[in-house]
Amino acid sequence: MSVAAPPRTPTERDTPTVDALTRARRGPRRRRAVVVAVLVLLVVALVLVRALLGDYRVSFVDAVRIIGGEPVPGASFVLMESTLPRALVAVLAGAAFGAAGAAFQVMLRNPLASPDVLGITLGASAAAVLAVVAFGVRGTPVTLAALAGSVLAALVILSQAGGRGGATGRMVLVGVALAAGLSALVHWLLVRASIYQAQDALVWLSGSLNTVTWTDIVRLLVLDAVLLPAALVLAGRLPVLGLGDDLAAALGVRVTRLRVGVTVVVVALVAAATAVVGPVAFVGFLSGPIARRLVPGRPSVGVAALVGAVVVVGADYLAAYAIPGTALPVGLVTGLLGAPVLLWMLRSRPTTQEGR
Amino acid sequence: MTVTETPAATAPLTTPYAAPHDAPESAAGSRLRTRDLSLGYDDRVVVDGVTLEVPTGRTTAVVGPNGCGKSTLLRGLGRLLRPRGGSVLLDGDEIGSLPTREVARRLGLLPQQPIVPEGVSVLELVERGRHPHHGLFRTWSRTDEEAVASALERTDLVHLAHVGVDSLSGGQRQRVWLAMVLAQATPVLLLDEPTSFLDVAHQLDVLDLVRRMCDDDGTTVVMVLHDLAMAARYADHLVAMRDGRVVAEGSPADVVTPAVIEEVFGVAATVLSDPETGAPVVIPRRRTS
Repeated sequence: MSVAAPPRTPTERDTPTVDALTRARRGPRRRRAVVVAVLVLLVVALVLVRALLGDYRVSFVDAVRIIGGEPVPGASFVLMESTLPRALVAVLAGAAFGAAGAAFQVMLRNPLASPDVLGITLGASAAAVLAVVAFGVRGTPVTLAALAGSVLAALVILSQAGGRGGATGRMVLVGVALAAGLSALVHWLLVRASIYQAQDALVWLSGSLNTVTWTDIVRLLVLDAVLLPAALVLAGRLPVLGLGDDLAAALGVRVTRLRVGVTVVVVALVAAATAVVGPVAFVGFLSGPIARRLVPGRPSVGVAALVGAVVVVGADYLAAYAIPGTALPVGLVTGLLGAPVLLWMLRSRPTTQEGR
Repeated sequence: MTVTETPAATAPLTTPYAAPHDAPESAAGSRLRTRDLSLGYDDRVVVDGVTLEVPTGRTTAVVGPNGCGKSTLLRGLGRLLRPRGGSVLLDGDEIGSLPTREVARRLGLLPQQPIVPEGVSVLELVERGRHPHHGLFRTWSRTDEEAVASALERTDLVHLAHVGVDSLSGGQRQRVWLAMVLAQATPVLLLDEPTSFLDVAHQLDVLDLVRRMCDDDGTTVVMVLHDLAMAARYADHLVAMRDGRVVAEGSPADVVTPAVIEEVFGVAATVLSDPETGAPVVIPRRRTS
């Protein structure tokens, strides 16, 4: 980039302030780097714990050998067919839920406005349960139905994205109404379902990592690899959108286009993750606010993705081993964690870096 | 306060921290013009066939009664509303045909009540003014830092840089928003009622600052004001509107006359001359319509 026209204001006076600002910026930058590093380490540590320290313990040396292609009797099966895929899918789904939730909350200027509250996740559940109960299908058609359900729900919310004034408020209201209606639909379907169908449908109501395959992981990995960077790039413009539609437009943001773009990425993330693990409760809802408290100031979708990964891997470990002999669905644990965290959020409003 | 070192005649069209661009001054000498511009919402026409040449490097105030379309006209000038008829030209180009970001580098707009995001600090808010100067992937340069520093200094906000905006008073907040558009560093600036909800001292504060942006940087300012006295005192050029049309236009002395005031506001008034500045002073007498 070429240099701007020479400043006409006396530059000597500028320097102290410029230096002070540059210095002041270092603190939050360092904090952010530390938070990201700690979260990445936490994700790696939790994956190792989840993969190695199950009912059947696999030593680290064995794990390296197995991944290197050398079979170890017993341990190979446990690691490669059960614990490792579960840990990896938890990371991928958690990151997707976390990023999607945070992006939606920032875009809609509302901490309640995550995809799981606004009926996008419920759209997937309702369509999946409908497929199981009304059409008696299993497997891939149910997954496809879930995808279609979340896309349909998102389209209903997106129909409110344009137009004059209050678009975000309308999107939130329509989403909440949609969630209520879909929740009623799911209950009605379950009442009509046979006990076997209800069993099948249950996965789609609470989220579970019990039936994960390597194909699922590869699919989710590819989608995450495309969608997460897209979410990060779009999220870079969301702080400006937070100033209101008019000012955002005046600052060069194409408001409706940005909203549609973010919604598409969010829905794709949520749909991809939900199709594999079901609607893991509250992860999208919690990750954003937790990330904001870890890194005050700019909203951080990237940190929220890491938080989501930590939450889902950790919750899955708890779900599997907290009550000996009973494997809970992961969504139950995240749901249980959600309530106290919500109360804590209400008590501690985010602060600025005042007095830094 | 900053000192102008360059003579006004050779003043660059851009403010110091704007990205360089060669925007030729149009033959008519006006960077921002409208031609037979009509604006409206749904089926309601609010601005009806306005043709305007905004004087470059001067301060223009748009005045008129509530609902006369002055804020709508400003939104149209800032391409927040698509014209229903006619056109808005920025440096000779149809404003709607220019890339959004390009427009945002040349023309800033401050709405009447922007949203203060929860927990945002003064510095974080002012920084967002640099958004149009960044590409797809944000990078923060020395130029950005200088623009923000200069904006904070000129609005006297350096000591409040790390304070939360929601804890500031109304007058301080308005200074923060002005600092943000200063950081945006556009040669053209549109302000919608920048002094509403401010007491008289803070009104003077804000308008003095606007005046300096115009005088020191050569910024072309268009502001909507409902206070006729303030408009007459601070603007070089007045545009008086009623029912979506321009009723009178010109220097404050030409526009602020009993006849125009009666036509625009429906109020009989006496106009005196400020003994200090010579600017017209309005004393409203009674409603006539």
